[in-house]
Formats: sequence, structure tokens, C-alpha cells
Amino acid sequence: MEVKILKNILGANDQIAERNRMLLEQNNIFTVNIMSSPGAGKTSLILQTIKRLKDKTRIGVIEGDVSSSIDAEVVGREGVPVIQINTGGSCHLDANMVSNALNNLPLTNIDLLFIENVGNLICPASFALGEHRRVIISSIPEGDDKPFKYPVMFHDADIVLLNKIDLLPYVKFDSDAFSRALRSINEKLEIIPASCTSGEGIGEWLSWLLAQMGGS
Amino acid sequence: MHELAITQSMLDIVLEQAERAGAKKVGKINLVVGELTGFVEECVKFYFGLLAENTIAEGANLNFTSVSPQARCRSCDKVFELKEYDWTCPKCGGSDIEITAGRELFVDSIDVE
Repeated sequence: MEVKILKNILGANDQIAERNRMLLEQNNIFTVNIMSSPGAGKTSLILQTIKRLKDKTRIGVIEGDVSSSIDAEVVGREGVPVIQINTGGSCHLDANMVSNALNNLPLTNIDLLFIENVGNLICPASFALGEHRRVIISSIPEGDDKPFKYPVMFHDADIVLLNKIDLLPYVKFDSDAFSRALRSINEKLEIIPASCTSGEGIGEWLSWLLAQMGGS
Repeated sequence: MHELAITQSMLDIVLEQAERAGAKKVGKINLVVGELTGFVEECVKFYFGLLAENTIAEGANLNFTSVSPQARCRSCDKVFELKEYDWTCPKCGGSDIEITAGRELFVDSIDVE
């Protein structure tokens, strides 16, 4: 006999993500999921943001990596609460991992939470974590065709930070082509060209971030 | 993609529902997989073969229904098929789109005894 099920395989994750979201909102924490390829600049962006904003807003961080606590140690030295999640092989963070991390953070002392996802432009797109905004960092050395190669990921972003623009004189990258590629996936997506090394564009990033926090 | 974890989640759903229905054996599992999920059927079948051993779903036939990617243009309401490299609306040329199909990943039904 046939048994009708109609159950979303990712439904369990979505439910936990919703619970995470409610918990974050109960504690007035604006939460940003930062995603990119490995090495594009997620940790660097978080560090730059902490350095410039920590006197204005209380920041917390959840770091996600397959292994090691390198990123959490670096972030921890800035004096903000940080939890390292080691996924032990999983290529993305999921809502359950984030739920456990939230249980170990001082939620009443955080206004802005960054979740640094595992470096990966494919899998994180399918796993809601409870975040308010999704930021994708694309970097100059990766090339200007990434939106075509990972359309679902880029489509779901709220903003794209194009990092490492200080390398433009040394690497083949067509900024107009990147812009067109992105617009063809989602015309509403803003691009902030930036460099975490030189500081260029970070002001625009902070303005966007604070506006998003203020508006929510 | 991480078909192993997804296959495990799928198997958990199937076994829970089969138990609820009082089933002794699962013969067939009907899955709906949107093309935008990137899941590879052969990988799912491979992992299923390993994970379902010694369960009532062992040996079940996996049947996949694929869903093509589709979107609705928010500017002009046109519903259209999403093509590789081109997510712009064929009617108005905009790309403020809502993905309406292609991201499905669910267990539709099972055949049990």
C-alpha cells in the first residue's frame, strides 16, 4: 500500500532555524550569516568590523570550521564572546549546530552576532541557521564568473562584498563582468567593493550593516 | 554535495512513517528532488544501500522525480524556466525573481507491506 508522506527532508533544520531566530529576537540580537569560498575574507571582515564597531555595539561571533580553532582564537583576542563550532567533516553549518552554540553565548550581552559559515559556496545555501541577513564575500582572485557558477548561493544573498580589491592591478578580473553576472542572478543585489587589508570600502560595509540593524 | 547526511535524514523520515503505518517492509520510496539542490541520484542510492542495511527499508527501490528550476518575475509576474547562465525574465529582462520551483527535497510517499 502507498503511504503518502510529503515531508521536507530539510524540514527538521528549518524548524530549528526558526527556533534559533525566535531566541535571537527575544534577545534583540541582529544576526548575520557570512558565507564565501575558503580564504575569501570572512574572518578578516569580522575582525575589521569588530575593531571599528565594538565601542558602539556589543558583538558576538560563532565560528564554523571543519576543524581547528584558529579563527575563534584570532577573534577572541579582540575581546568579544566567540564560540568555535567544529563540524568534523560536514561542509556547512546547520541550525542544530548553531542552536548548541547559542546555548553557550552570553545572549543578553550581545547586540550583533556574526556566524562565520564553513568556507563553501554550495551547501550553506540550503541550510537556514536563523539569521536575519546573508552576506556573501567574493574575492578578486576567485575570478569574475562566480555568480554564474553558484547562482543559488548568490541569489539568496542580501549583499555581496567583493574583497581584496587591492589585488586588482595584479589579477585578471573584469569588474563590469562580475557586476553583470550578479545582476543577471539578482538585480537587487548591491556589491560593496572592499579590501580588508587596505580598509577601502569597509566604511560602506559598516554603513550598510548599521542601517540593516537599525531597520530591523 | 553531502548526500550521506541527506540520505540519513531521508531514511529517518521513511522509517518513522513506516513504523507509524505499522509496515513490515518498505518496497519503494518516492522522492522529489529539485534540480537546483544539486543532489546526485547515484550518490543517494549508494549511501542508501549502506545506511538501510538491517532496516525494513533495506533493498527498497528509490524512485526520483526531478523538478526543473522555475521562477516568477517580481517586476512583471511572468513565470518562466530558469536557464543556466541566464536568470533574467524573458518578458521584461529584469532579474528581481522569486524561485518558485527547483529547490524541492522531499519524501513524497512510500510503498509498504
